[in-house]
Formats: sequence, C-alpha cells, structure tokens
Amino acid sequence: MQESNDILNDVTTSEYKYGFVTDIDTETIHKGLDEETVRIISAKKNEPEWLLEFRLKAYRHWLTLEMPTWPHLTIPPIDYQDIIYYAAPKQKEGPKSLDEVDPELLKTFDKLGIPLEEQKMLSGMAVDAVMDSVSVKTTFKEVLAEKGVIFSSFSEAVQHHPDLVQQYLGSVVSYRDNFFAALNSAVFSDGSFVYIPKGVRCPMELSTYFRINAANTGQFERTLIVAEDDSYVSYLEGCTAPMRDENQLHAAIVEIIAQTNAEVKYSTVQNWYPGDKEGKGGIYNFVTKRGLCKGDNSKISWTQVETGSAITWKYPSCILAGDNSVGEFYSVAVTNNYQQADTGTKMIHLGKNTRSRIVSKGISAGFSHNSYRGLVKISARAEGARNHSQCDSLLLSSTCGAHTYPYADVQNETAVIEHEATTSKISEEQLFYCQQRGISVEEAVGLIVNGYAKEVMNKLPMEFAVEAQKLLSISLEGSVG
Amino acid sequence: MPLRHKNYSVFRWKAVSDNIKIYIINMLEIKNLHANIEGKEILKGIDLKVNAGEIHAIMGPNGSGKSTLSSVLVGNPAFEVTEGEVLYNGKNLLELEPEDRSRAGIFLSFQYPVEIPGVSMVNFMRAAVNEHRKYKGLEPVSATDFLKLMREKRAIVELDNKLAGRSVNEGFSGGEKKRNEIFQMAMLEPKLSILDETDSGLDIDALRIVAKGVNEMRSSENATIVITHYQRLLEYIKPDFVHVLYNGRIVKSAGPELALELEKKGYDWIKEPETKA
Repeated sequence: MQESNDILNDVTTSEYKYGFVTDIDTETIHKGLDEETVRIISAKKNEPEWLLEFRLKAYRHWLTLEMPTWPHLTIPPIDYQDIIYYAAPKQKEGPKSLDEVDPELLKTFDKLGIPLEEQKMLSGMAVDAVMDSVSVKTTFKEVLAEKGVIFSSFSEAVQHHPDLVQQYLGSVVSYRDNFFAALNSAVFSDGSFVYIPKGVRCPMELSTYFRINAANTGQFERTLIVAEDDSYVSYLEGCTAPMRDENQLHAAIVEIIAQTNAEVKYSTVQNWYPGDKEGKGGIYNFVTKRGLCKGDNSKISWTQVETGSAITWKYPSCILAGDNSVGEFYSVAVTNNYQQADTGTKMIHLGKNTRSRIVSKGISAGFSHNSYRGLVKISARAEGARNHSQCDSLLLSSTCGAHTYPYADVQNETAVIEHEATTSKISEEQLFYCQQRGISVEEAVGLIVNGYAKEVMNKLPMEFAVEAQKLLSISLEGSVG
Repeated sequence: MPLRHKNYSVFRWKAVSDNIKIYIINMLEIKNLHANIEGKEILKGIDLKVNAGEIHAIMGPNGSGKSTLSSVLVGNPAFEVTEGEVLYNGKNLLELEPEDRSRAGIFLSFQYPVEIPGVSMVNFMRAAVNEHRKYKGLEPVSATDFLKLMREKRAIVELDNKLAGRSVNEGFSGGEKKRNEIFQMAMLEPKLSILDETDSGLDIDALRIVAKGVNEMRSSENATIVITHYQRLLEYIKPDFVHVLYNGRIVKSAGPELALELEKKGYDWIKEPETKA
C-alpha cells in the first residue's frame, strides 16, 4: 500500500532539492550556432557522413524557421548565439567499467538518488545517465544483451548499430517538424537508444536520467525507441538541473516506433529547475515527443508528471497507423509561482478501430499559467476510431490561470469521440475540515492533490510513483494560505 | 497541598472519597466570549464551563449563535473573536491552530460535513490518526493495525465497509455523512466532542445509531457538547446540563428537565437573561 502520508512527512523543505552544481572539468565548445558548430559536434562524436548530412540539412532548415508563437506562453527572446551547444564532463572515452567513471560524476548521480553501481540498484531497472551533452554510464547492458535488447547511449548506438539508427532516426519526428525539432536535429549531442527485438518482453524497466550541469549550456538529447513485433518495454525518464539565475534551454526529441502487437510505455517525471519564487531562472523545456503505432494492435502509452521547468512546451503524441492500435496520454502538470506550461497531446487516428485515451490533470498555483492543448484527428479511413478525453484543472490560487484548448478534426462518420472537462478549486471548507481532523493545511493540500492526480499516478511504475508523489507535494508547498 | 495557579477559577474541588478532595481542572472554560462574522457580532458574551465526564446540551432558536460557538471553539478562520477567552485544560485555546486543537483532543461533528473528492476515507483517516499519534509522540500506526482499528470503529456506527473505501463524504447520504462524523470521532477518541446539529436530517434509525455511538464512547475522561435545536436527540443522549442560547448569550442553564420545558413551551418565553449561568 502506498504510504502517502509518510511520503508527505518526508517532505521538509520547499526548496528545489536538486539545485547543486557538480564541480567537474567540463569540455565545452565555443558559444553560438553555425555550420561549424554542427560539424564540430559531429566530429567530436566521430559520426558517419550521413549523420553529419542529416544535421546540416536540419540546421539549414532551422535557419528558415521562427519560434512558434501560438502557445499560450510568454517566452522572452532567446539568443541562440549565446548558448553553448556542446558540453561534456571530461572523462576517458566511453568508460568500460565503473572504475573509469569520474567519482565526482558518480557522486552527483548518487546525490540525485540514481546510484550507478549495479549492485546497489533496484534489480528491476537499468539506467542510462546523461550529464550535459553525453551519456555517463549505462547499467545492466550485459544482462539486457542476453535477451538481444539494445540499451545504450545514442552516440554508442551510432557507432555500433548505425543501420538501425539510420533506418529510424527522424522517421517519426522529421527535422522539418517544428522549430525546436530542427534545432535538436542539428545539434543533438546524446540521449538513449533502445531496441527490443521481436517477441522480447524487456526484463526490466529502462530508465534515462538527464542532468544539466554546465552553465550557459543547452541540452539537446535524442531518444529513439524501437519495439519490434510482439515486444514490450517500459521506459522511464527523469531530469533535474542546478539552480541558476539565467534560463537554460532544453530541446529534446523522443521518437518511438511500435511494430505489430508491440507495446511501449513511456513515463516521465520532469523536474527541471523551475526558477525561483519571483520567476527568475529556470529551464525552458521545449520538447517534441511522438510515437508511431506502426503495426496493427500496437500500443504506445505516455505518462508524464510535469512539475519543473520555467516554461514547458510539450505534446507527447501518438500516430495510430496500425489497425486496432492504441494511444494513451496520462498527464499531471503542476505549475507554481511564475511557471508556464502549455502541454497536451495529439492523437492522430489513421488505422481502423484505433483507440485513444487522454487524461490530463492540470494543477495551477501562485501566478502560474497552465494550458492543456490537445488535438484528436480522425482521418477519413479510420473506421470505428474512438477517443475519450478528460481534461481537469485544479486551481490553488486566485492569481493563476488554467486554460484548455481541445481541437477535434473528424473526417470519418463512424468515429466516436468524447471530451469531458472540469475545473475545481480547493475550498477553504475542505481545508478547514482537514484541519479539524488534525491535518495541517500543507498536508491537506498534498492529500487532495495526490487524490486528484491519482488516476495518472497509478499509471507510473511503482518506484516512480513514490518519487512523483513527493514531487507534487514539494512543488506546491506554500502555495495555499 | 493546594495547587497554585494564577487562574484559580479553572480549578474546582472534586471529592474522590469521603475525606479526600482533589483539585480538578476545568476541561473547558469560556469567559465572556464575543465573536463576529464579517463584522457582525454573533456571540455577545458567552460563559460556560465543561468538565470531564459531563454532557452539555446547548439549545436555542435558529440564529442564536449555536453554530458560531462551535466554529469558534474549533478555530474556524471565518469567525473573529473580539473579546473574552477560552481555556482548554487551563491553556489558552484561542491561540492554537485548528489542527492543534484537534490534536489536543477537540472534535467537531460538522453540521454539514464537507466532501473531498479523490481522497479516500482510508487515506484521510490514516493521515488524521497519524497526526494525532505524532502529537502524542507515537509512531505512525501500521497498515494492519490501522485497518483493524477502522473495522472496530466502523462497527460502532454500523458504517458500511464500502463507504470507507470511497472519497471523503462524496456521494454519502445525509444520514451516512452524520454517521461518518461519529465514526471519525470514534477513530480519534477526542477529549471534548462537539456535536453540531448532528440530529438534523437524520431519520429515527440513524439517530439511534448515532446516539448509541456517542453513548458508547462516553467516559469519565471525556466531555461532550451537544448542539441541537430540538429535544429529540436528547432523548437518546442524556445531558447533565442544558443551556439555552439566545441572541449570542446563554440566557438559562439547568438540568435535563429544561430541554423538556423548551420542547413544551418553545423558545418564545426566553427573552433576556434573568440570572447568569
């Protein structure tokens, strides 16, 4: 049973816990972005020619684009020439064993609760730890290899499995997709690569932990997950960053391909530094995540708990191409102080009898703005497609804003789509009722918020759910009263 | 040896045998209590003493200030105390946060229990019980012990197991909500319970169950204040004292016979206080 109280009791500080900086030698390249930058990054990674070409095409396309202005966000101008596009903790090239990894790095991940020593780890999880631009260490590689599962940093995959990478890179999110996707495609530095062969049920949860450490640096990682026929994988992503007064850019791409009967669960607990109480600093999180249910009966499920980032722009989506394929999106987005979030999903129904389910729970406090933006598209040939969307907003202050922008585009008469939305507020009466039973206001808010978000939290793997519950409470401490 | 205390009035003598008397501290002492809501004075000088082992009924017509009195005692922030004091076991109650009053043993059975969607009764009660335990310096209760406790206490008010699994008060009938209040009271084992119009909206069976629950919990250690408009509930929960609240003041105090008199004559014959309680 989930000991939600104990979790809440554990929470003693409302400060961002992960705001420390690791003192480690970092190799960086010059500030600014031009073709030279792209070439340097590619050369540093010893990439094949086709990948450099991919990057350059993306870069040239990016030059023709402008930042999107349609989100309900106020984004201060970003000087793309003032960002460092590559930073790597200095260590030996591709550490073979843990002994070769810089102890400072190990300490950092230990502090973040991500021990990289395999014997210390929960047996059910393999981790790829990414700091700034490079992957530090991937655990349990050998165990996974026995099953034919490939789980490695993106750079390694480029070296060892170039064909697979070339086949799938950009096949779900084209570099032409949007401004940030083009930027990422040009300068992405590392990330995770997952390949689950036909008929394999991945024996453990796979997890990537992203950490920004260096100052003035952008993080542009790329995750590619390929699940062959009849396979299954559950993948987790976590992220934190130091507290800094200036804003830092994070623009990632996640691509998922699910073949016939394959199932991919992708869970995120996003805890980038959100900025301080006055809205100073924090990460700009502009991420493109998309899954392709390519084969019949395939399933992709996104679960996200968003508590961090100064600004979030993110729409994990599913293209339901295979017949009977299923897309799911479960989201809790919390904004406090001056945070802004514009997040949601797109469910693109192409195949017959495709189904999608959207559960979005927004929680807004302080002076924050929290928007849900979703598109349900039923194409002409998607006979019998079904969608159910539920968008709930919970307001904790009278100075925050919750907005819902649901779009539906239905081109097939047999489709059934449903949309439900609620907006609620934690009332003084509810809080007082809790207090009269001995429960403090902070704790009562935690209980109510966790109860409100339960439907989504239940979708998270156990270890993550506990972490996520804590995060919810921390993010909202001091937001009521 | 006589105890010394600056508030002598909070002590009273109690004979524990023929020749031994000890000082007993009043559990609750309300002195000249005035309170406002939205600037309007509702309580205009309440005086009341309640001791362990006693049941006090506070009766009065609508608008006399009964619910205001209970709200002020539990620290509802909607009300403002403008004058007077309240001592609970000799200590200033009014300076305690509402949750600390609860942890110190004051329980209010709400007239209108609040619904909290998404929060199950189990999680809610466990949070409450553990807070009370922490206040007493005890470890949190184990899951097994807690569920056992829930089962035991639920039986007192014949509350369905299904209700315990549901969100707090959500979708409960009027009677179920009131029984749920008494169930929570049983779980938290308060020293001073205030039942605010617990009989309103109850049919006779539910009334009997609620009264049975309250009576089972009665002991020489705890006290109860029953706030009610009608005499009906007092047939089941026998008070030691009956007070009549009218226009923000207690205008009459007597034994249980007063309730019967009120039932017969109504409230009209009560106007201004003749003698102070």
